[in-house]
Amino acid sequence: MITALKGGLGAALFAGLVAGGATRAGAAGEAIHIELQNWSFAGVFGRFDRGELQRGYQVYAEVCSACHSLEYLYYRNLADPGGPGFTEAEAGAIAAGFEVSDGPDEDGEMFTRPALPRDRFASPFANDEEARAINGGALPPDLSVIAKARGIERGFPWWLIDLFTGYQEQGADYLYALLSGYEDAPADFALQSGMQYNTAFPGHQIAMPAPLSDDLVEYADGTPATVSQMARDVTAFLMWAAEPKLEERKRAGFQVMLFLAVFATLLYLTKKKVWSRLDH
Amino acid sequence: MSGPSTYVPGSGFARWLDERLPVVRLMHDSFGEFPTPRNLNYWWTFGGILTFFLVAQLVTGVVLAMHYTADADLAFGSIEHIMRNVNYGWLIRYAHAVGASMFFLAVYIHIFRGLYYGSYKAPREVLWILGVIIYILMMVTAFMGYVLPWGQMSFWAATVITNLFSAFPLVGESITEWLWGGFSVDDATLKRFYALHYLLPFMIFGVVILHIWALHVPGSNNPAGIAVRDKQDTLPFTPYYAVKDGFALVAFLIPFAWFVFYNPNILGHTDNYILANPLSTPAHIVPEWYLLPFYAILRAIPSKLGGVLAMFASLGILVLLPWLDTSRVRSAAFRPLYRQFFWIFVADCVVLGYLGSQPPEGGFLIAARICTAYYFVHFLVILPLLGLIETPRPLPESITKAVLAKSADRGGGQPAAAPAGGGG
Repeated sequence: MITALKGGLGAALFAGLVAGGATRAGAAGEAIHIELQNWSFAGVFGRFDRGELQRGYQVYAEVCSACHSLEYLYYRNLADPGGPGFTEAEAGAIAAGFEVSDGPDEDGEMFTRPALPRDRFASPFANDEEARAINGGALPPDLSVIAKARGIERGFPWWLIDLFTGYQEQGADYLYALLSGYEDAPADFALQSGMQYNTAFPGHQIAMPAPLSDDLVEYADGTPATVSQMARDVTAFLMWAAEPKLEERKRAGFQVMLFLAVFATLLYLTKKKVWSRLDH
Repeated sequence: MSGPSTYVPGSGFARWLDERLPVVRLMHDSFGEFPTPRNLNYWWTFGGILTFFLVAQLVTGVVLAMHYTADADLAFGSIEHIMRNVNYGWLIRYAHAVGASMFFLAVYIHIFRGLYYGSYKAPREVLWILGVIIYILMMVTAFMGYVLPWGQMSFWAATVITNLFSAFPLVGESITEWLWGGFSVDDATLKRFYALHYLLPFMIFGVVILHIWALHVPGSNNPAGIAVRDKQDTLPFTPYYAVKDGFALVAFLIPFAWFVFYNPNILGHTDNYILANPLSTPAHIVPEWYLLPFYAILRAIPSKLGGVLAMFASLGILVLLPWLDTSRVRSAAFRPLYRQFFWIFVADCVVLGYLGSQPPEGGFLIAARICTAYYFVHFLVILPLLGLIETPRPLPESITKAVLAKSADRGGGQPAAAPAGGGG
């Protein structure tokens, strides 16, 4: 009877999963496949590549910052350890290239001045409404935490495996796929006016025109600026922007795990010793 | 068992304090000499683990509260401020967020231990009910805490759950607006959720004290489910269970540290890194993983009020458990039939959790309805019947005999009951 019950529950579950899976695929269209990339900051010993972050900053500054703000970052972050590795003087020079509003002064007037390292990154637009007006009603999202605000649908059993492998680069993989995913729409795809076809974006229609094209920026270190190179660099930069403490976190994690492993072993041996006083 | 205190003050100061506020005596009686069954297994370490995590959440939470701003326009930014500018703010924030998940993982293990070994049966019914109260307070606290970052999931989960109260006839709308402090989830809601999220953990702390008190009256249950008969069935809590609990705690901290340092966001939802937007509803609104089974039950019932009542009933029924289970035998170790139904129930809860994460349509909805129905059938039909029809295995005569039989199986030592010196 119990076997039948277990079987019945199992059959119901299986039927539910199969039917449910089909329904989901039917509702969303074909499942979007995102390639997983190799990132220098992935894994237990992951670190950012300074050159990659600096190139990525250059792509952000010359391409993305026209429409996308980075409002939770400060210019001084560019000189922080674990980041792009600019010197404080370089960060100050970068900041000085932007004008920010300040005040009121003694006469009660607001004024503009060159930005200092302690200022936040300047926004391209005064407010969301202006951003929408200039971008055909679409709001270019702020990029400060976008690498943590996007992910990839990984079915079972992957989400379970990801818990154990420390895979946290879903956002980065998605962003790279998005930036390098601009293609001509397939013949049978109904593209709405003003939208672009993108292989990675949910629904495949995105309002943002392809931001990258070959040789769009001239890298200071001479790296060829192909679309995939720029996409990789700016994605790494955005990952740093979202998680500036990543290197510190993983380094501390190693020390903590080592400490806990040793501590647990010592406590286990102590427990055994204490309990050995008993006969069993 | 609570008996006469064996504490003897060791110094003049200790005697002086003992006459005025016998806290040291209380600690000695409750956690020092406290007679604990000698056959407890590692499933019994989770009470101590839970106490640690309550304190950890309180400490990390209070520090976060020093830097957080509970305002709809500023909350999200204040969290980023904590993550970027506050010294070790990233660590405190991640420890608090991951700590909540570990807190619930531990509480589920703790509850299922109670279900398996019959720890809810007489004379521990009040202990069990206090536990259910703690669990409900934890869920309310966690729900409100999740709203505080004011991300998309924060806002919309708050909207979904607070809207449930409008299902009640006549008074529903008024209650919901009263909860919101307005006509939708907004700044007023955020501020009061912050105040309550700060308050409730201290109420949990109080109920935990009652919970430990209620435990110490009859003493701990044990894997054999039979009562302590005499002194040799027990060991003093310190050092035996103090060191065992300490080891188990540090072992449990390892997966905790793993998530905090190596994958802090995987237990959360990416949508919560998007600022709350009342005009844009996420494609799928889901709570944190530990609330998913109840979310599945809520959405399984076709009527809104029915879903709300079913969800509340699924918790309320836990309160009735000591009286629904008619078996005279506590531990599933001696109840071969119950044991199978226990594991089916565990599977049912896990499946409900999975279904809570999926859209309630098609096959998922059918499965959720079956699993919800089974959940109630387990408590209302199976448990009462099992006690009547099951033939339990013969119980050991005493805890000591059970322990010695086990060590004889392993080919271990002499049948001396008292702690022998110089053991291996």
